[in-house]
Amino acid sequence: MERWSRFNIASVVLGFGFLYLPIVLLVIFSFNESKLVTVWAGFSTKWYGELWHNQGLLDAAWVTIRVALISATCATVLGTLAALALVRYTRFRGRVLFSGMVYAPLVMPEVITGLSLLLLFVAIGLDRGFWTITLAHITFTMCFVAVVVQSRLLSFDQSIEEAALDLGATPVRTFFAITLPVIAPAVFSGWVLAFTLSLDDLVIASFTTGPGATTLPMKIYSQVRLGVTPEINAICTILIGIVAVGVLIASIVTKRREAQRERDERAAFAAIG
Amino acid sequence: MAKLASALVSRLVIIIPYAWLLFFFLIPFFIVFRISLSQTTVAMPPYTPVFDLAGGLAGILDKMRGFSMDNYVWLTEDVLYFNAYVSSVIIATVSTLLTLLIGYPIAYGMARAPRSLRPMLLMLVILPFWTSFLIRVYAWIAILKPEGLLNQLLITIGLIDQPLIILNTNSAIYIGIVYSYLPFMVLPIYSALEKMDHSLIEAAQDLGCPPVVAFWRVTFPLSLPGVIAGSLLVFIPAVGEFVIPDLLGGSETLMIGKTLWNEFNANRDWPVSSAVATILLLILVLPIVYFQNIQTKAENEGR
Repeated sequence: MERWSRFNIASVVLGFGFLYLPIVLLVIFSFNESKLVTVWAGFSTKWYGELWHNQGLLDAAWVTIRVALISATCATVLGTLAALALVRYTRFRGRVLFSGMVYAPLVMPEVITGLSLLLLFVAIGLDRGFWTITLAHITFTMCFVAVVVQSRLLSFDQSIEEAALDLGATPVRTFFAITLPVIAPAVFSGWVLAFTLSLDDLVIASFTTGPGATTLPMKIYSQVRLGVTPEINAICTILIGIVAVGVLIASIVTKRREAQRERDERAAFAAIG
Repeated sequence: MAKLASALVSRLVIIIPYAWLLFFFLIPFFIVFRISLSQTTVAMPPYTPVFDLAGGLAGILDKMRGFSMDNYVWLTEDVLYFNAYVSSVIIATVSTLLTLLIGYPIAYGMARAPRSLRPMLLMLVILPFWTSFLIRVYAWIAILKPEGLLNQLLITIGLIDQPLIILNTNSAIYIGIVYSYLPFMVLPIYSALEKMDHSLIEAAQDLGCPPVVAFWRVTFPLSLPGVIAGSLLVFIPAVGEFVIPDLLGGSETLMIGKTLWNEFNANRDWPVSSAVATILLLILVLPIVYFQNIQTKAENEGR
């Protein structure tokens, strides 16, 4: 039997310490009484209180949330379609180009994506602002959704779908009655991922925005350039909290659905046997 | 009728995302290329239009004569751009190696962890990836500053008596890239190692192979696909990184993503920034295609 050696435990613990310590410190210092971020002067929540009076920040937060909600929803639809196209249709003209276009945005440097989208929007004469950021976010997050949904579709037993089709269900009905319920947890995690990616994006949004549409990361960035302040720590802590809760809910939903599915499958086999 | 409808639906499943990506991902690259060939003007948009279908074929031919390589010539004349490309590739390479060096033991330790712990460990590696990149980079400023937490700690325990200057140097960029991209390295290596059959190692050791040799001759080659995928996931975006060199690097730090950003936002020179982006894309095209091939292969194996 393999054992978890001391060396392995040490590398995991140190690795996770490295990953989490900076975030923990940032959260701790958001509760610092002092204006100096690096000197502890007692517990205080005053920086959170001040956030509520910063109208520019609240406006930016509202823009960011709307962009993230709309773009994540559209990206989930498009990304799920792209995943279906990749998994279900192994042969069609231009498939290599298609899969290339799905994978390339995952690694494409953001400055290139941002610049190229901006030039597209200028070329077609679209007014830059809220909607151009949203379109840009749909484009780069849909590929992440596609990859997440694709991996679920690959482990999916296609014979259930074939059975539904043989019994006379239309492909659309089969999709909504059979496929979607099975891949729903993956679609949901895809949505959460798209939402957080949109919430976090600075570079692409900065390129594609116009007058009047400032997102939260843009606001944070312009303040960070002026120096570290406890107020920024407070905003960051709230954002981290939102993401942590979102991911937690997503993972619980996924676990529940999977457990439910396993129970259903066992029940089905029991009924057959 | 039903057949026709089903054929139509299956077409749409492909056509809708395909058309979206063509229009919003591929065509923009051609526009970037086109604008990189045009001249800078003081106008909005700040370049002379290169293509205009209104003039018909004659118009296009006429415009083609207006294509200019000026921006590319400009890039070769100013040594700043060349240095920025070279130093971006060097910084990205060094950071990728450092990330591999730090990420591999973590992935290895995770893959050897008790089975019941693994889902939680996996979750813990993925979680930072969901939190904002900007926030994670920002967190390091407070740590690395001359009067920051790291220096306070080192001075308190008596290791140093003068604060180390780390922020605004290349070391800070390395730390930033390694930290931000670590999950991208750990995940593919972990999934390669997790699939590995541990009895292979036991067999090697039973046959008298020392653990270190067994690692290099059995474990490492088997984890190579994960190592390659992880390295590409770190290297490609790191070459064009903007946020990390901008916030953690110093004024002497040259990275092409930052150069492009400044060219675009500060100098408002769209044609030159398009030329910078075109060359950056040319540098990255090979690793990107390689990455796509790996992804496609993985996809076919999953079938």
